[in-house]
Amino acid sequence: MVKPKEITRVQELIYELKIADVMTKRVITVTPDMTMAEFKEVLRVNRISGTPVVENDRLVGIISLEDLIKALLAGHIETPVRERMTRNVFTISDHESVVEAVKVFSQRGVGRLPVVDEQGNLVGIITQGDITHGLLKAIELDYHAEEISRYRASHIFEDIISDRTSLILRYKVDARDFTQGGEASSKIKRALTRLGGNPQIIRRVAIAAYEAEMNIIIHTDHGGEIVAEIQPEQVRILAVDHGPGIADIEQAMQPGFSTAPEWIREMGFGAGVGLNNIQKCADEMHLESTLGVGTRLQIVVYLQPDESKLAGGDDETS
Amino acid sequence: MKLREVVAKLGLEVAVAADTLDREISGGYASDLLSCVMARARAGNVWVTLQSHPNIVAVASLLGLAGIIVTEGACLDPATIEKANEEKIPILTTSLTTFTVVSRLAALGIQGAERESN
Repeated sequence: MVKPKEITRVQELIYELKIADVMTKRVITVTPDMTMAEFKEVLRVNRISGTPVVENDRLVGIISLEDLIKALLAGHIETPVRERMTRNVFTISDHESVVEAVKVFSQRGVGRLPVVDEQGNLVGIITQGDITHGLLKAIELDYHAEEISRYRASHIFEDIISDRTSLILRYKVDARDFTQGGEASSKIKRALTRLGGNPQIIRRVAIAAYEAEMNIIIHTDHGGEIVAEIQPEQVRILAVDHGPGIADIEQAMQPGFSTAPEWIREMGFGAGVGLNNIQKCADEMHLESTLGVGTRLQIVVYLQPDESKLAGGDDETS
Repeated sequence: MKLREVVAKLGLEVAVAADTLDREISGGYASDLLSCVMARARAGNVWVTLQSHPNIVAVASLLGLAGIIVTEGACLDPATIEKANEEKIPILTTSLTTFTVVSRLAALGIQGAERESN
């Protein structure tokens, strides 16, 4: 099953790139009156394997190494190019996508395609090698663009000046939507990674956000919202829902206490250690809940390693 | 030890992301309770579970696990496979029980989280 999102960057690029972007602009041509021996010299000197044939600025044919070999075998090395060239030339327009050239190459079995502009003037030539080269260059440019955007992202707080800058990410979380479980926390994790956060600290934020997100999915009536407020020195995660609310917060904090129904427990949720996990990962945690109204959980994780607590989820280093 | 070697030595089936099998395994963790995994599994660990729904991928991705071994021939949800491909999380399946898988991983020298945290 091929889905649009599974299309690779190369597949995208062959549609995005135009022939004009990848073609060789300096076209070496021969005239129909040249002999095959002269044509052979053009190939040798320029280290190419074929050229368009042009007469009075008009494309009249195309001739290749293969034609030269045939002429040699037949002893026709002194005959004019006119007699050995292919007259029905496939051409391609410079504003077409590269994919059009790919199609012609695979369907017609030709090695090169003269490129013409809207007026039919010869403006370049394209080979399969040009396409490969063009794609590699485009991918390299993409890579640099990604590097630059990563750099910019990690310097966003230096570039934007205010007395207190924060970046706010909001995610809607639906009740019982287990297929989306972890989406919000994954996106928060990705954002913090792009911003260049410390991986151990990001991991604690991700665990706390995941548990808060799953609590909304598992326990609420109508879902809720996760808001991550990123500041240079801390991340504040706010998980808000509109009910049913927690009857006894102290009891809810006990490891193993859970009100999750059996079917949810069977999926491995509702182990009753979610809030406990959050507390272990957070530098600050505030939980307010009113039965019948809703729950508001605020988690703060400090982003500077020296200020944050060392216990909890970040003990992966020995 | 790499995931690829574990696949060969335990005769696991590769359900997802065969191109990510060269990850180095930092240790192992086994549980079917996702919050326990969140709390205790370490980055680079291989996780042994019989859960097979899409959330195992979210957990593995958030923790940066090396891969998931789904035991007892549990049938993977198509959504799990799709998500694992997206997140590049290898999923290996086996008809062996969790206990057997863990004991064989241990025999290969893969250790639990206590080695690092205590």
